[in-house]
Amino acid sequence: MKQRLRITYSVNGPLRYASHLERTRVWMRAARRAGLPLSYSGGFNPRPRIQVAAALPVGFAADEEILDLWMARPVGPTEARAALAETLPEGLTILRLEEIDPAAPSLPTRVRAAEYTATVETTVATQEVRRRVEALLGAESLPRQRRGRTYDLRPLVEGLWVEAERPGEVVLGMVLTAREGATGRPEEVLDALGLGEDFFRVRRRRLLLEPAAKG
Amino acid sequence: MVIPFDRLERLLLRVQRPGRYIGGEVNAVRKDWDRTPVRVCLAFPDVYDLGMSNLGLQVLYDILNRMEGVLAERAYAPWPDMAAALRETGIPLYSLETFHPLSEFDILGFSLPYEVLYTNLLEMLDLAGLPLLSAERDETHPLVIAGGHATFNPEPVADFVDAFVIGDGEEAVVDVVRAYRRTRDGSREEQLTGLAQVPGVYVPRFYDVAYHPDGTVARVTPNRPEAPHPILRRIVPVLPPPPTRQLVPNTSVAHDRGVIEIQRGCTRGCRFCHAGMVTRPVRERPLEEILEAVDGILAQTGYGEIALLSLSSADYSRIGELVETLAERYAGLHLSISLPSLRIESFSVDLAEGISRGRRTGFTFAPEAGTERLRSVINKPIPTGQVLEVAREVFARGWRTVKLYFMIGLPGETEADVAAIAELARGVRAEGRKIHGRRAQVNVSVSTFVPKPHTPFQWAPLASLEDILARQQALRKSLRGGGLKVSWNEPQMTLLEATLSRGDRRLGAVVRRAWQQGARFDGWDDWFDQGAWSAGFAQEGLDPAFYTHRARGREEILPWDHIATGVRKPYLWREWELSRQVQSRPDCRSQCYGCGILAAFGELWTPAWGCPQRDT
Ligand code: SF4
Repeated sequence: MKQRLRITYSVNGPLRYASHLERTRVWMRAARRAGLPLSYSGGFNPRPRIQVAAALPVGFAADEEILDLWMARPVGPTEARAALAETLPEGLTILRLEEIDPAAPSLPTRVRAAEYTATVETTVATQEVRRRVEALLGAESLPRQRRGRTYDLRPLVEGLWVEAERPGEVVLGMVLTAREGATGRPEEVLDALGLGEDFFRVRRRRLLLEPAAKG
Repeated sequence: MVIPFDRLERLLLRVQRPGRYIGGEVNAVRKDWDRTPVRVCLAFPDVYDLGMSNLGLQVLYDILNRMEGVLAERAYAPWPDMAAALRETGIPLYSLETFHPLSEFDILGFSLPYEVLYTNLLEMLDLAGLPLLSAERDETHPLVIAGGHATFNPEPVADFVDAFVIGDGEEAVVDVVRAYRRTRDGSREEQLTGLAQVPGVYVPRFYDVAYHPDGTVARVTPNRPEAPHPILRRIVPVLPPPPTRQLVPNTSVAHDRGVIEIQRGCTRGCRFCHAGMVTRPVRERPLEEILEAVDGILAQTGYGEIALLSLSSADYSRIGELVETLAERYAGLHLSISLPSLRIESFSVDLAEGISRGRRTGFTFAPEAGTERLRSVINKPIPTGQVLEVAREVFARGWRTVKLYFMIGLPGETEADVAAIAELARGVRAEGRKIHGRRAQVNVSVSTFVPKPHTPFQWAPLASLEDILARQQALRKSLRGGGLKVSWNEPQMTLLEATLSRGDRRLGAVVRRAWQQGARFDGWDDWFDQGAWSAGFAQEGLDPAFYTHRARGREEILPWDHIATGVRKPYLWREWELSRQVQSRPDCRSQCYGCGILAAFGELWTPAWGCPQRDT
């Protein structure tokens, strides 16, 4: 029986600037350096079996990302964690590593939404930002264009609030839907608030998962 | 002063592929800046994605960082969007390890593997805030040193570089650092005098170049006693152990894999081949060392692919055993091996099969020319029947795609030779179709031959633009049809490469003008700026045709003659004559032709060389 390991980790530093696919490859290589017995897909071009819960856009930091990694034979989670931690590049930090039921539903199907904070350097007064947030939340719909396609941003915004304010800076919190074909993007929300041209940093705080189905 | 991350972050979030500019790679070395007296930045004047695949830079990085009291960091040419962002914000070009501006290093070591990087060299110096001209820099600036295959003719960039390291860098770089330590408190003049005495180092300002009225070189004379003439290239008698702590990028790069050089040099003597002439003698790496390095690389990088590099894989004497051992040892471990530069022989098909583990991507051949006659001219004599036979075998063993590399514009090429390229490609396709029907695919890459310094064709004129265009046109017509795909290179880019590769010191001013007028990334179709170069030549009153299309005579002093590779000019001339008589010569391992290597380096001989031991 193949073993399935679930890793919860943060993304910072240089690893923020890698793409989703690139970061996945970083994990595979780290696992190989750590000497973990990776399980491979079949075929002429076998790939290690790894599944990341949700793609993290280039430039975003993250506090609690999740991925699953399959082993060809069982390893001790404590040892696996120590071996990986030793060889991970700067910017990836393991918070938890646990063994889970190999038959558990796949991670991407369980992701429902994601919580973000966006720190925006802006000259717009916080009062005004609050007003715009209220207006956005009160709107029926928010039609927007992205890559030549029109979509409604409003139903994707599950929560939006001003988290903190500092001189010249406002910190926004938001919960955005993150499902296949219905993904809210923080930069779109900032743009809808008239803050899209300002310098901002985004951090994904956590992924909100559907409760695991019994079975 | 380290560039604060907060300032960098603002740039990174607005440029394409910011991962190029942030470092953090596995196996990157960060030494204590304040406690390390000699700080070197290895600079690669092409984009990160390509520079990261350069083995030479990794080798030097490894050697320098192993030295006590020395640190080596890296910088690559920023893509134009990042260059613009750096200029706009006033952030100087910095190193990827500790984010120090390049101007704070003691030594900048540029790698120049090909000529079309010259404007990027200037761009990097400028982004570092340094004066471009060596003459305008002094001991308050870093020493600018360059090495790499393009520097066997250093003249076109002699104005910008303080010192060149000619040839193998592994030992030379250690000597350069030592010479620097001895003279670091002296003036720039004193520093360079120290460097000029390191074997293999060329300090251009210590040599005066005089020209004849027709523009050819009259003489190159040293202007001080410490400057040797000629400057004999450095070689390592034995290949130093390969680096295994190889840099593993976090972002995608061109060749994302581990690399081991299994052999340096080549005895085949292809007359067009620059690498084959300037890397003699053949030096083999022991099999055991290769196997050990494979283990080391896998453990330290996590790569799933390793490339075994050499100029001609099948000529490595224990190649069969190597491939077999790797296949056995790593069976089930998901390691893929790549073996470039396979010759057109059935043995190569065996080798490729041995490493392929059932995977059959394209199989690559380089017949270079369409006819047996022209292949004799270039000394790569392969019967046409053999090409077809080997192709048949490749298809029969399961490959569906064959890639063929050809050149047009070779010396003595006729229309018939060009027509034969199409015929051969169709012949290979016919072999494929017999086995795979319409699924057989032949990809033909046609480049234009560029005569290179230090080769038998250094005297040959480049084909005229009209001929190049006409030949491309003819091939385009005859290579249409299913199962055939053709790729070319841009003729204007070829002209530039040809001009620079046999250029003299006067071209420095042209390079500078072209750069000032916006030329960068000259090897990239999207950036190549013909106008900037034409203007540069016009402003300097120089004619590119003088460098490209002119046939040189035996007596002419070539602008790179003072750089000695060890291969003597009379040998090259003899090869040039034989080529004009359509005569090939077999591999020199079976019979030494006295090319000069043993005369120059014979006392370093070891049994790992391809050359016979010199009679003493
Ligand atoms: S010295 Fe002789 S054997 Fe060695 S490379 Fe030259 S010709 Fe070949």
